[in-house]
Amino acid sequence: MHEIIKTNKTIPFMRYRLGAWFISGLLIIASIVSLSVNQLNWGLDFTGGTVIEVGYETAADLPAVRQTLDANGFGGAVVQNFGTQQDVLIRIEPREGVKAQELGNQILSLLQAESDGQVEMRRIEFVGPQVGDELTEQGGLAMLTALICILIYIALRFEWRLALGAVGALAHDVIITLGLFSVLGLEFDLTVLAALLAVIGYSINDTVVVCDRIRENFRKYHKGTSQEIIDGALTDTMSRTVITSLTTILVLMALFFLGGQLIHGFATALLFGVIIGTYSSIYIASSLALALGVSREDLMPPEVEKEGEDLDPMP
Amino acid sequence: MLNKFPLWKNLMVIAVLAIAALYALPNLYGEDYAVQISASRNASVTTDTLGRVEQTLEQLDITPKGVTLENEQILVRVNSDVEQLQARDALLKELGTNYIVALNLAPATPDWLADIGAEPMKLGLDLRGGVHFLMEVDMQEAVRKIQDQMRDTVRSELREERIRSTSIRRDDSDVVVELRSAEDYAAAEQYLDNRYPGYTLIEDEATQTLRLRMTEAKLKETQDYAISQNVTILRNRVNELGVAEPIVQRQGAERIVVQLPGVQDTARAKEILGATATLEFRLVDDENSLRDAEMGRVPFGSELFPNRNGGNTLLREDVILTGDHIVNATSGFDENQRPQVSISLDGAGGDKMSLATRDNIGKPMATLFIEFKATGERDENDRIVFERHAEVINVATIQARLGSNFRITGISSQQEAQNLALLLRAGALIAPIQIVEERTLGPSLGKENIALGTQAILWGFILVIFFMVLYYKKFGLVANLALTANLVLIVGVMSMIPGATLTLPGMAGIVLTVGMAVDANVLIFERIREEIRDKRSPQQAIHHGYDSAFSTIMDANITTLIVAIILFAVGTGPVKGFAVTLAIGIITSMFTAIIGTRAVINAVWGGKRIDKLSV
Repeated sequence: MHEIIKTNKTIPFMRYRLGAWFISGLLIIASIVSLSVNQLNWGLDFTGGTVIEVGYETAADLPAVRQTLDANGFGGAVVQNFGTQQDVLIRIEPREGVKAQELGNQILSLLQAESDGQVEMRRIEFVGPQVGDELTEQGGLAMLTALICILIYIALRFEWRLALGAVGALAHDVIITLGLFSVLGLEFDLTVLAALLAVIGYSINDTVVVCDRIRENFRKYHKGTSQEIIDGALTDTMSRTVITSLTTILVLMALFFLGGQLIHGFATALLFGVIIGTYSSIYIASSLALALGVSREDLMPPEVEKEGEDLDPMP
Repeated sequence: MLNKFPLWKNLMVIAVLAIAALYALPNLYGEDYAVQISASRNASVTTDTLGRVEQTLEQLDITPKGVTLENEQILVRVNSDVEQLQARDALLKELGTNYIVALNLAPATPDWLADIGAEPMKLGLDLRGGVHFLMEVDMQEAVRKIQDQMRDTVRSELREERIRSTSIRRDDSDVVVELRSAEDYAAAEQYLDNRYPGYTLIEDEATQTLRLRMTEAKLKETQDYAISQNVTILRNRVNELGVAEPIVQRQGAERIVVQLPGVQDTARAKEILGATATLEFRLVDDENSLRDAEMGRVPFGSELFPNRNGGNTLLREDVILTGDHIVNATSGFDENQRPQVSISLDGAGGDKMSLATRDNIGKPMATLFIEFKATGERDENDRIVFERHAEVINVATIQARLGSNFRITGISSQQEAQNLALLLRAGALIAPIQIVEERTLGPSLGKENIALGTQAILWGFILVIFFMVLYYKKFGLVANLALTANLVLIVGVMSMIPGATLTLPGMAGIVLTVGMAVDANVLIFERIREEIRDKRSPQQAIHHGYDSAFSTIMDANITTLIVAIILFAVGTGPVKGFAVTLAIGIITSMFTAIIGTRAVINAVWGGKRIDKLSV
């Protein structure tokens, strides 16, 4: 048998939980600071505006494109390469008094007129500001709804301390991934929002597996402190956690390198989120539950509490 | 102990996979270049049309792959995109403006598959190229128009009741009536109370003011009407664009989504979508000779227009009223059970109509319908030329002085009345629409996205397969079988669900599912290893491994499914696509990873005594 983790001895994960909390706390503070100072580089989906992607036959001359735009009253446009040297992305913020719907086609014909070679229209997107505002609201709402639904489900299926631990871990993952996007200035568009929700989905998957084992071990072993039981459960599930993360990271690498520019942000968020999520389901979820005082009685099946029967003594 | 599946379980696994594989199959056949012909107004597609199409193709020397007539549509499959363009242009010329000739890509699904309803997955615009518009209906304007009409009704009714008011006006979305005296107030209150369904009366005795406010239900009804009217009109206009498989759909309370696959020229598309088909009411010029006008001597101050009966009608140049004053038009029957169309105008329209008809009682009035239609011609930029197309759709004699509400009678059939009402409504948008989102994707980008997505799925798949065999040996192979089956199932289910569309994020969802689908097997296999470590026999290890991993797998997947459902509920467009593949992937992966692998493992290892497991 190949084994990544030898499971003969219980790994004392929880002994290092203060260190983990310190690191996580630091990352969260850094993320929040960056989010409030740098904020997010909101994509077109959220800010509204116009994006035009054109393809040139040879490497595009960006300064010339900028000049053309400036000369024709489209100053302030962001012009950059997109994926390759030939592809150019032009982004224009929504402006008062300009019929934004017409902008895309105007700029396209302008570039086509100015260029010697062919300019191919690859993509024009226009999003009205009201749509963007709604989306931000909806996105935040979706995230909250997801967290609350998961909280309720785990509280019902397991126990409220584990549920709080799991949701705390999820919030941790989301905040730090957002922080990464803020620090690196990566564009935050609709697909990244979807990726964040997928990170929640993945991380909860991981956490539930750990919780499940914690509950099982509490019921199975009648000796040992809560800390020892949690360490044991984490050790038992360790190789599964690592292998699943590994396979997921493998496919995300494929997506990151081969998926193309349009879902690059999506792949980045997921890749980072899965790594953070793996860490948090080991350290944050269970150590939060431990700090909240999860114990054996909390996880015993309800049918034990029959009338006339003595409850288990406190451990 | 031995691990055995009952026969029915094995058969079920095989049946599910076979059905999914069958429905996934059409995706392998690709698409044919095709030209699609359907009828617009006043025409129908018949076997006669089919004959003309075949003849035209023969003249072009094109041997089509197939020509079929189905659901009032003709589909011509050709061999290349060059032939496709040739055929389209020639057919457009041959058939004229009464037919819509559109380029299309038709799935090359073999007949035996098409017969059982198997179709390839629908591709989203990010994979096909095309235009996506999100339009918003101006609801305030819709409410305003209805309330303007209400104000006019109240005004004329109070006048008839001899209740005196100092002012009747629309204030935001209320109709406000200020009465002259306390008696008038009391009379008005009694008269207006509960008089109009859908309105509540708000009383203010101190200022002798009454307010008529729409109820929530009436407000919603007005909004629904404004949306459905716009959807109908947009559908008609989109048909004029000659696009195959367009989507015009309501989204939320006040938005409409329009998707035009394959359309690149957004400027043109917007022009047509935005172009209002309009209506004009004009007096018929019956003083001058129609024949003279038809010979080319149109008298000064008059214009000649074709009418629906194939002839011409001479109209005055002065327009009494344009269609934007129409608030509603419905067909019905008059006292003598003859078809009629009732028309409601807004306040300004009523005044104009009243003024114009006062001196013209007994004279014929015509309804002129103006729209933009595609001609078979193309300009130097290869754009289809559209022309203004005006047609007299009705001539009726003015029986009395007309106001805001009047009707057109003397219509030959009920069908005709319905058509007229539809056209009147089409020419009169109750609420203007505005484009709030627009996405255009070139066809090359679409193809690129398909290639990139497929590559990512393929490589992700290969990496995971290698890893699983390396780590879990023969059991890894079984997991890989399940993974392959899972892919087939996802594609099969996506092809079976009519509304499911594959998008680029959807492909990312499949990639992610590939990575996560093995999780269930990892959980099971790790359990089996534990059981072996605890010195259980291989058969017991298999049995307990599956049993104890089951509830974990369920819990983990249900929480992920919750997230997928929320994504679907909140997301739009591409995000929805991601949520759909993610949700389908979670469900199919549970089937293949739990039941599918167990069937294989039971069949290979379960029926005999073994000492060691390759896991």
